[in-house]
Amino acid sequence: MARKKRELQEINAGSMADIAFLLLVFFLVTTTMDTSWGLARRLPPPLLENQPDPPPIKDRNVFVVLANANDQLLVEGDLMEIGELRAAAKEFIANPNRKEDLPEFKPVDIPLLGIMQVSKQVISLQNDRGTSYDLYIQVQNELAAAYTELRNELAQREFGMSYEQIEEMAKAEEGGEKYKEMVDAIRDVYPQRISEAEPKDIGG
Amino acid sequence: MSKFKKDDNRGTPAVSTASLPDIVFMLLFFFMVTTVMREVDLKIKLNQPEATEIDKLEDKALVDYIYIGEPYNTELYGTVPKIQLDDDFADVDDIQDYIIARRADRPEALQGKITVSMKVDQETKMGVVTDIKQELREVQALKINYSTRERLPD
Repeated sequence: MARKKRELQEINAGSMADIAFLLLVFFLVTTTMDTSWGLARRLPPPLLENQPDPPPIKDRNVFVVLANANDQLLVEGDLMEIGELRAAAKEFIANPNRKEDLPEFKPVDIPLLGIMQVSKQVISLQNDRGTSYDLYIQVQNELAAAYTELRNELAQREFGMSYEQIEEMAKAEEGGEKYKEMVDAIRDVYPQRISEAEPKDIGG
Repeated sequence: MSKFKKDDNRGTPAVSTASLPDIVFMLLFFFMVTTVMREVDLKIKLNQPEATEIDKLEDKALVDYIYIGEPYNTELYGTVPKIQLDDDFADVDDIQDYIIARRADRPEALQGKITVSMKVDQETKMGVVTDIKQELREVQALKINYSTRERLPD
């Protein structure tokens, strides 16, 4: 039996691609590329027992937005469509004509900008248990957009670029500090004060 | 002469597929690295509202999710919006325990940075959302994020 020693056969790697494709398809299917986006908010801390009532705020400084169970908006006593809310909120926050029934101002010394007239505005948002979540988000979005637009206008005036651009620059690792100061200054002029009422049924 | 004339029908050689596995493996590794496994099996219909003034949720490891919406299986669970935590339906009363348990899973230094992402169907009524917000306040989980889709400007 003098057989010639057989050479080791090479393994056929032709099906390797198939196996890899199989795995690839699996990961393609299970992968979720969705990045989560959303409206970031901070809830107020829980009420303590015997907590003293906060000092009263003058009516002219409060912008009341009510949303009822039929998804209607009552803004400062007037029925309003969601499309008008942004302009109304902007007018309230900035009070460009210094009207008597819109918020008061107090001078504040702000770094980079000097002494600015900062409005004492507060936006109060109340909703019913029957309000739809969609409307609630739209209201939150419009109010946030009002602040963003005002901040943009101010940033454009003071620094020659939009607030969003400055915010973007402030995220940079190097040289971000300068822009961070600008962001803080603008936020000091137009602080976002949206207060949500303690829940209660205001009915339809 | 015939010595140099080996084969007559010399067509184009077949393209070598030997490097195909390499290419596929490269793609495979890309997807393996970037993939995030679906966190939960959704048992509710989730059609999120749209918004424009939105921020990105940065660190996914520090986010807890609360899902609210109408159950898929309406014959079994009815059409009233339900809360889903991880893979199960839950009650409003379970929220506090869930948040505390999830908080204990994280290193202590990062516990203050946990965000609660509320993924709520747009048809839901605010009542249940308000209840959850009250529960979150009770356990000092104050950083929240109303998850929305991005509305493209017209």
